[in-house]
Amino acid sequence: MSQKKQTDSLKKSKRKSLGAWIVVMILAIFWILVAFVPFLFMVVTGFKQKIETIMYGAFHMPEKFFPDNYISIVTDPQFWNYFKNSVIVLIISLVILLFISACAAYPLSRFNFKMRTPIYFMIVAAMSVPMHVTLIPVFQMTIGMGLYDTIWAMIPPNVAFATPISVFILTGFMDSIPRELEEAADIDGCGRYKRFFQVILPLSKPGLSTLAIYNGVNIWNEFIFAFTLTQSEENRTLPLALWNYQGQYSTNTAMIMACLTLSVLPMIILFIFMQDKLVKGMMAGAVKG
Amino acid sequence: MKRASLSLKRQRSIAVCAAVFLIPVLILMTAYILYPIIATFRNSFTQWNGISSARKMIGLYNWNKLIHDKKFWTAFLNNVKVMFLSLIVQMPIGILLATFLDAGGKKFNVFKVIWFLPLLMSSVAVGYLFHYALATNGGLFSSISNLFGGKNIDLLGNQRVALYAVIGVICWQFIPFYMVYYMAGYSSIDETLYEAAIVDGATRGQYIRKIALPLLVPTIRNAIVLSITGSLKYFDLVYVMTGGGPGESTELMATYMYKESFSKYNMGYGSAVAAGMFILITVIAAVVMRLMNRKGGEI
Repeated sequence: MSQKKQTDSLKKSKRKSLGAWIVVMILAIFWILVAFVPFLFMVVTGFKQKIETIMYGAFHMPEKFFPDNYISIVTDPQFWNYFKNSVIVLIISLVILLFISACAAYPLSRFNFKMRTPIYFMIVAAMSVPMHVTLIPVFQMTIGMGLYDTIWAMIPPNVAFATPISVFILTGFMDSIPRELEEAADIDGCGRYKRFFQVILPLSKPGLSTLAIYNGVNIWNEFIFAFTLTQSEENRTLPLALWNYQGQYSTNTAMIMACLTLSVLPMIILFIFMQDKLVKGMMAGAVKG
Repeated sequence: MKRASLSLKRQRSIAVCAAVFLIPVLILMTAYILYPIIATFRNSFTQWNGISSARKMIGLYNWNKLIHDKKFWTAFLNNVKVMFLSLIVQMPIGILLATFLDAGGKKFNVFKVIWFLPLLMSSVAVGYLFHYALATNGGLFSSISNLFGGKNIDLLGNQRVALYAVIGVICWQFIPFYMVYYMAGYSSIDETLYEAAIVDGATRGQYIRKIALPLLVPTIRNAIVLSITGSLKYFDLVYVMTGGGPGESTELMATYMYKESFSKYNMGYGSAVAAGMFILITVIAAVVMRLMNRKGGEI
């Protein structure tokens, strides 16, 4: 009797947990729809003809395979010019950023000098400065230096605003490198400068690669400085390509969606090939500000 | 004596070396962060179109105007709404998704990959995507409504709902971020705790509620700080999606500052808006961090 009761209640709790399981799965699948449907809308609409986007709703499938939007963007030399500008800005900014951040992190992590705490504090404080407060003076300075409306205009502010968090993370990273390694190099007669290049910098590679991803994604997507500091199409980067295409084809939803899809493609490819590294890199900035 | 001078020499050589390594960063930060902040405050006391060199000192005129500027305070209020609703929506959903993925392990990888997708898009791309995906004609919600025989739904053109539509889009973009953040929080919890709890007869749900979630509190606290400071700075997404409109219904401090400075070329007043925004953000961030840290001391 009591045993029967027990199996009953076991059955009940099993049924209850099955019910909970179903509810959870329905919610999970609902969230897949929420995350994925806008994406699908973007890619599929890119394959539609302009007339279809006007005549029918979003869920109307394209009548025939229509890759012309994508083709006309990919064969547009202007698109590749945006792409080229983005690549140049990205590479130069990243190289300068990573090098000077590593340089700054080294003494902050290793040396004992009077100004260390105030400098470190200043760098940490700079992490929370909103870039808008600097926008007008940076605009003025860029004009003053003759860099306005060139692709070089974006590089110094990109680097400057990425520096605080990069120095902060790299200082933490270098703190975790055992000092014994340097001491060995010290005994071998290696000076402080040499030690940086021959011991610390090579050992910081994992930290540098994480930061390269984090800052790379941000610089690749950077909008406000590029928007403010350049004017002509030939000097703008990919995020501004969207802006200019939108000006040109504002009523042609299909064309804009094709352009959007192409602009997201590099990130999707990165995500496919190095998912874990990319996710880890993108989260690197999530330190307590 | 000799020894003392030797150590002094050593100290000096350390200081020189530190300076050499630090100088590039310090110059760049001074020129592009520190100086501009000071210049913005200085410009806020002038009347200036940004182009001519004629800058008229007008004292506190801009600040007085800012304090009585209804548009600015509407923008600030919108920022505050974004801040609160982002917290209320993003934090619980982020935790739920992370809990689900943490419980499921490897076999739920499909969910993880798809849920992460929005974060791969830039804010500008998200703004454009939803500018069209929420359009009255052919947008997603209109199409759903049409399927059931309903009328078109105008989300971004309606003053009363536009801001909430924008907040929905912001949540869509950033929920994956908090999801991954909380997953990292979960993965730092010692696995033996789970095993011990199960051995002691706890169910999965009990383990999550009684053990894992309390251990996640520091992570949640950091996420709240990140979300609040982020909410006060939004620009790209809103600027391309609604341009602050219709009316001022989705205007934020940053979009208002940008329009005053670079559309109206009212750079003196634009500087005052930027400086006001800087002060508000700094004060709110300081208060929030203080609050969060104090709570940390009590627990």
